[in-house]
Amino acid sequence: MEIGLNHYLILSTILFAIGLVGVMRRKNLLLLFFATEILLNSVNIAFAAISHYYGDLTGQMFAFFVIAIAASEIAVGLGLLIVWYKRHGNIDLESMTSMRG
Amino acid sequence: MFEAVAFYLFAFLTIAMFFITVTTSQALYALSALAAGMIFISAFFFILGADFLGAVQIIVYTGAVMALYAFGMMFFDTTREVKEKKGNKFIIVGLATLCAVIIVAIFAAPIVSDNMLSLYPALEGAGNTQSVGLVLFTKYLIPFEVAAIMLLVAMVAGIVLAGKKMDLSLTLLNAEEIEKMDEEINKKVLS
Repeated sequence: MEIGLNHYLILSTILFAIGLVGVMRRKNLLLLFFATEILLNSVNIAFAAISHYYGDLTGQMFAFFVIAIAASEIAVGLGLLIVWYKRHGNIDLESMTSMRG
Repeated sequence: MFEAVAFYLFAFLTIAMFFITVTTSQALYALSALAAGMIFISAFFFILGADFLGAVQIIVYTGAVMALYAFGMMFFDTTREVKEKKGNKFIIVGLATLCAVIIVAIFAAPIVSDNMLSLYPALEGAGNTQSVGLVLFTKYLIPFEVAAIMLLVAMVAGIVLAGKKMDLSLTLLNAEEIEKMDEEINKKVLS
């Protein structure tokens, strides 16, 4: 059985759905970051698959930039989380409703 | 044949690992499952012939990102059980699946209409790493440099946010205040 582009796109969809479920149901911010990593990686799979099946390197380039953005997001995000944790003692999302939104 | 076996094996493993990451209530399990899932994803890149991307995936995610997360986990004391939001599960899963399908449809729209041109085709007789380097340092040189600056900014931001007493600036203090600080430090060292 031949593995085509659709297989990879379906896999990417499934992983993206898992990541979105994680984003919606997590309350701890550290575990919410894990879910965003899953989202970024599922998109990377779609980019690499399209790049392979169309003989085009642009998809891989975008995957590299997505990885760079993910790395810097984690660095800044963890720094902010540390500042928040020092002030409030927890990193739950519900403690961040100071604007009563 | 082998490609199909490898694809289904790694697809199952990746989905299982990420499912554990999303559903478990132990932060340590979530972290290790996420690391395993990242390595399994690099297998797809190797199957697809994107060798360099696979190597970068392993190095960046399991080398750098997981180390950062492990540090964060130790700092935040998340070894206790994590409380979850109580919401309607069907709404959450339904919305997530709908969003994912729409996003893939957006991706697939140019493919279905055959409207996609190969802008930078892979070179004949060159390996993946070589052709990636050629394209990255000619057509994508400016985004590459901007990404480098972004990483530098992120590094500085991480150091400033996580470091101690980073809100003090010696150039903005008076001479007296600096002397006072020095005395306090000396006291601590002597005592």
